[in-house]
Amino acid sequence: MIRVELRKLLTRPRTWVAVGLLCLLPAIVAVFLAVTDVAPRPGEGPAFLSAVLANGKLFPAAALGIVLPLFLPVAVAVVAGDAIAGEASGGTLRYLLVRPVGRTRLIVAKFVSVVAFLLLSVVAVAITAYLVGSRLFVPKPGTTAGIVTGLSGTTLTARDLAVRTVLVILYIAWSMVGVAAVALFLSTLTESSLGAALGALAALVLSQVLVTLDAAASVRDYLPTRYWLAWVDLFREPVLWHDIQRGVVVQGAYAVVLLGLAWANFASRDVTA
Amino acid sequence: MIRTDGVTKRFGSVLAVDDVSLDVREGDRYGFLGPNGSGKTTTVRMLLGLVFATRGSIELLGRPVPRQARDALREVGTLVEGPAAYRHLSGRANLTLLDAAGPDGSRRTRRARVDAALEQVGLAGIGRRPVGAYSLGMRQRLGLAAALMRTPRLLVLDEPTNGLDPRGIRDVRDLLVELNLAGTTVFLSSHLLGEVEALCTRVGVLDRGRLVVQDDLAALQTPTGRVLVRTPDAAIAAGLLDGRLESRTPCEHGELLVVRYADAAELTRQLVGAGVRIDELRPERHTLEDTVLALSGPGSDVVSRRPGRRGQRPGPPS
Repeated sequence: MIRVELRKLLTRPRTWVAVGLLCLLPAIVAVFLAVTDVAPRPGEGPAFLSAVLANGKLFPAAALGIVLPLFLPVAVAVVAGDAIAGEASGGTLRYLLVRPVGRTRLIVAKFVSVVAFLLLSVVAVAITAYLVGSRLFVPKPGTTAGIVTGLSGTTLTARDLAVRTVLVILYIAWSMVGVAAVALFLSTLTESSLGAALGALAALVLSQVLVTLDAAASVRDYLPTRYWLAWVDLFREPVLWHDIQRGVVVQGAYAVVLLGLAWANFASRDVTA
Repeated sequence: MIRTDGVTKRFGSVLAVDDVSLDVREGDRYGFLGPNGSGKTTTVRMLLGLVFATRGSIELLGRPVPRQARDALREVGTLVEGPAAYRHLSGRANLTLLDAAGPDGSRRTRRARVDAALEQVGLAGIGRRPVGAYSLGMRQRLGLAAALMRTPRLLVLDEPTNGLDPRGIRDVRDLLVELNLAGTTVFLSSHLLGEVEALCTRVGVLDRGRLVVQDDLAALQTPTGRVLVRTPDAAIAAGLLDGRLESRTPCEHGELLVVRYADAAELTRQLVGAGVRIDELRPERHTLEDTVLALSGPGSDVVSRRPGRRGQRPGPPS
């Protein structure tokens, strides 16, 4: 069943349009930066961009930083929100279930396929960003070619950089698992893919608002988006693991609880679509 | 093959299916009739484990549903409430994916089985067109092909001839009879009396959620005790049949007489003996339509105004 779901994902034009758009957005930012050479001041604008002008090899991480707050969650919410609701509204859900495919198997396969989609997106963004970044941001004469400076001002070796970029990819993918779980849960509640996707996004916007609200400080550390930006810490020297660890745990908790709810609801509900 | 005992389904305050006990035997061509909204589809969904019954028990191929529905469903082919397929993929790709999704679909023979199923429903030359570009009839045929894959022992079909032209309806009926003769039990749910009458050997009629009759088709088509006679010598015949003549209607080359007479052979002898020429003479039988209409009320799509609320504007639902 997992293989069938992956095949459905990969043969679907929508998947590739979404991945293409995700790759395009950082490329547009990169073109503007390279043409104007005006960097956001450090500490402003999307995290990390100021460092990119000095060396394009940091651009994969910066590109992920660009798509993380909005575009990536939107894409993941759309795909995950469609997972069950789309099959229900298209009528194919009943044929899968009487094929027969067990409900638990089906929802696990759907979740795996959503995770595959978000890994595919994140990796595709990183690769295109590397290609774009290394073309557009050539180190200026006067600086030492090939030296990459982290956020703490220390230089990073090529190997260091590769390892940290991979960790960023994994961390950002993991941050999206919570989004996927919310959307998948909502997808089992409704026949409307759009409703499920928008519901998941509404939950994220609420979380973002509460994170910045001092009055909500007591719950802040348990909000799903609280540690999303902690990936930046991977480029500090030494790496600040504290927030990253908490981020991994919080996302994991949301994923487990919501996937459990999704399963419980889907396994026990009448399929009337 | 299918046996339910007092199955009841309640959606909130709506009683959709009420105490239904079906008995479909191996080798039957069973017609499940009922007006729109009588609970046919909900019953079919309960048989397949898609909807869970509020009360009562269901047995499908000897296995309890929903507990062991998955074992039973391996040998069941279904078409429920219209076909469905991924619109951006071809019919062949759709069948392949569905086959790969479940058990019993050996990968080695998959391509051959897909081709055979498409051939059976007359879609062998369908090519790579996406299902989104199919006509309604082609989608219906594709849905049937999906039901026929892996040669099921039981076919559960809900309105299988929807969207088909007369030719297609005939094709499907011939195919189902052929499969049935080869040993497949067919459970056909429909609101089309003619279709059930032409295909089925046993009939169950659902009305407002209740099973009002379940019997052999032949047993429902009993003689009415009347004989229809078409003759150019109506006047002579009328003279002979004093008191037994129910009506006379003029028709081509004479009149059509409705005669209350139990024995058609005896009536023929009497009329011919008296020199009455006869164009046509046949005993009248109850039709399935009479039986069903006598047993069932209007479908739920007829919404009559409640007495006493006349002239009131429909308010918002409370």
